[in-house]
Amino acid sequence: MRRWLVLFPAWVWLLGFVAAPTVILLGIALGSSAEGVPPFRWPIGPGFAWQGGFGNFATLFEDEFYRDSLWRAVRLAASTAALTLLLGFPMAFAIARARSGWRAPLLALVLLPFWTGFLLRMGAFIGLLRDQGLVNAALIGLGFIQEPLQLLYTEGAMLAGMVHAYLPFAVLPLYATLSRLDPMLEQAAADLGAGPVAAFLTVTLPLALPGVVAAFLLVFIPAAGEFVIPELLGPSDALPVGRVLWQEFFQNRDWPMAAALAIALLALLIVPIRLFQRTS
Amino acid sequence: MAPLLLEVRGLSRRFGAAVALAPLDLAIEAGEFFALLGGSGSGKSTLLRLIAGLEAPDGGSLLLEGRDITRDPPWARPIHMMFQSYALFPHMSVAENIGYGLRRAGVRGAEQARRIDEVLALVRLKGFGARRPHQISGGQKQRVALARSLVMRPKLLLLDEPLAALDAGLREQTGFELRALQRATGAAFVMVTHDQGEALALADRIAVLEGGRLMQVGAPADVYARPASAFVARFLGAANVVEAAHLSLSPAEPGAAAYALRPERIRLTPNGATTGANAIAGHVRDVAFRGDATLFVVALDGGGELRVMVPADDPMPIMGERVALAWDADDLVPLAA
Repeated sequence: MRRWLVLFPAWVWLLGFVAAPTVILLGIALGSSAEGVPPFRWPIGPGFAWQGGFGNFATLFEDEFYRDSLWRAVRLAASTAALTLLLGFPMAFAIARARSGWRAPLLALVLLPFWTGFLLRMGAFIGLLRDQGLVNAALIGLGFIQEPLQLLYTEGAMLAGMVHAYLPFAVLPLYATLSRLDPMLEQAAADLGAGPVAAFLTVTLPLALPGVVAAFLLVFIPAAGEFVIPELLGPSDALPVGRVLWQEFFQNRDWPMAAALAIALLALLIVPIRLFQRTS
Repeated sequence: MAPLLLEVRGLSRRFGAAVALAPLDLAIEAGEFFALLGGSGSGKSTLLRLIAGLEAPDGGSLLLEGRDITRDPPWARPIHMMFQSYALFPHMSVAENIGYGLRRAGVRGAEQARRIDEVLALVRLKGFGARRPHQISGGQKQRVALARSLVMRPKLLLLDEPLAALDAGLREQTGFELRALQRATGAAFVMVTHDQGEALALADRIAVLEGGRLMQVGAPADVYARPASAFVARFLGAANVVEAAHLSLSPAEPGAAAYALRPERIRLTPNGATTGANAIAGHVRDVAFRGDATLFVVALDGGGELRVMVPADDPMPIMGERVALAWDADDLVPLAA
């Protein structure tokens, strides 16, 4: 009984803010677009008559534009997660092995970007990367190039922004795992004939694997739905699903299509979430 | 004398301003059981880690069978170590743990399996190969850690407090097993311990360390009977350290400022009279029953106190009773200043 009382607020929260919106979203996705406010018809009309259909989901699979946007989101999320892991692992490892007095300040530095607004930081990226930006000015000033490089609105700029924004989400779980790792185990490996590379591959990495999986998914899952960074820094033609969703909803006012996309993205992310639950 | 296995020449190590190990010379013979005995901060663990290569010395050199290995990294040294925490790999089974060093050395397949089985039998863990470290007891972990080093057939095995993590009841038996394994394998064992009883019981030779300095090296019976310094005398069994200026002594070897006098060497007579040198009167201040003997702390009439061990069958004084103490001239072991 007491247990139930403790969990009650959590259940209310989940029901009100997760389950109910998902049902509503599914309802809109099964409905159809219409003139008016709100701009759609529910799948169940007056007198409980069924007037919905799976047409929006069919469009998702048939129309290359939507299929590509989903695929692009997965690719962007996967490369972001992979890059943050490559950068974050050595960082987390170094912090975990730093002297105890250094660990807290180094972790604070990892979190420091959070102290500035997210949009401000993206604005700073634009300032760095645009044609008259700091990077181009420096390259021209140093005589490496004559004409400014197209840096902004490229896949590279988008990826840089993504990695910048999501790096702390990779460093923290990796740090949590690596700091619990007993350094004696690596010494034992060395004592038994393992060089640094062999010791890392046979002892450190396998023991850090839960942290690596957690870090990958903690970046991958939110990155798949990201739309602000691709919007601000990415190329205008290749739209990942987050931006397409935004467009369908606000510009085309096709709520059922946007809802169907959102449901598809959710379904796509359930796979890695399940994977995450299995490993942790 | 057995051939020299490891020679430590002027090895030293500092941590910042603190001297962990002052330049130290030591020779380990092939096939001997050697104990490094000392309290915390004595430098015994530092010395062990230097020999294993887990730390680099600030000066001096290490010679293994005449070959200089001072600069060799730990993975290139044919020396293996059993860690105090055992440091078993938690993601590997017992057999995989034991086979780890063999795989690094390129021993694979049937030969690897055969050697793992062989060493599992040696440490009486047959049938435990598939278990994970968290599925076995502390004593079994200790034997897995031992097996993981022994499977490499090292000429020199280092043991960092091998018995410290075990229950008191298990310690003595495991100590005897360790000794038997050392004889069976013929490897030289160098054991670090803070427990003088352990060192005296197991080792062929012991080295007593204090403050990063080597105080004395020798066979347990010799070091016990003839401690070189007041520190060693106290550390090895709470001997009395008596100063010549303070008591009327008539030692067999006169001239030293202080002498060690073992508690079991002193004769105690309740209400006895004292005559001549090497005898003194006092009263019982403390009594501690030890089973096979009883320890008395006797407050001396002239000030100070002596610890006296009385065998169980002898007459026992009671608290506060006056007693006479006496000893033989050659029980006074001269100590270096």
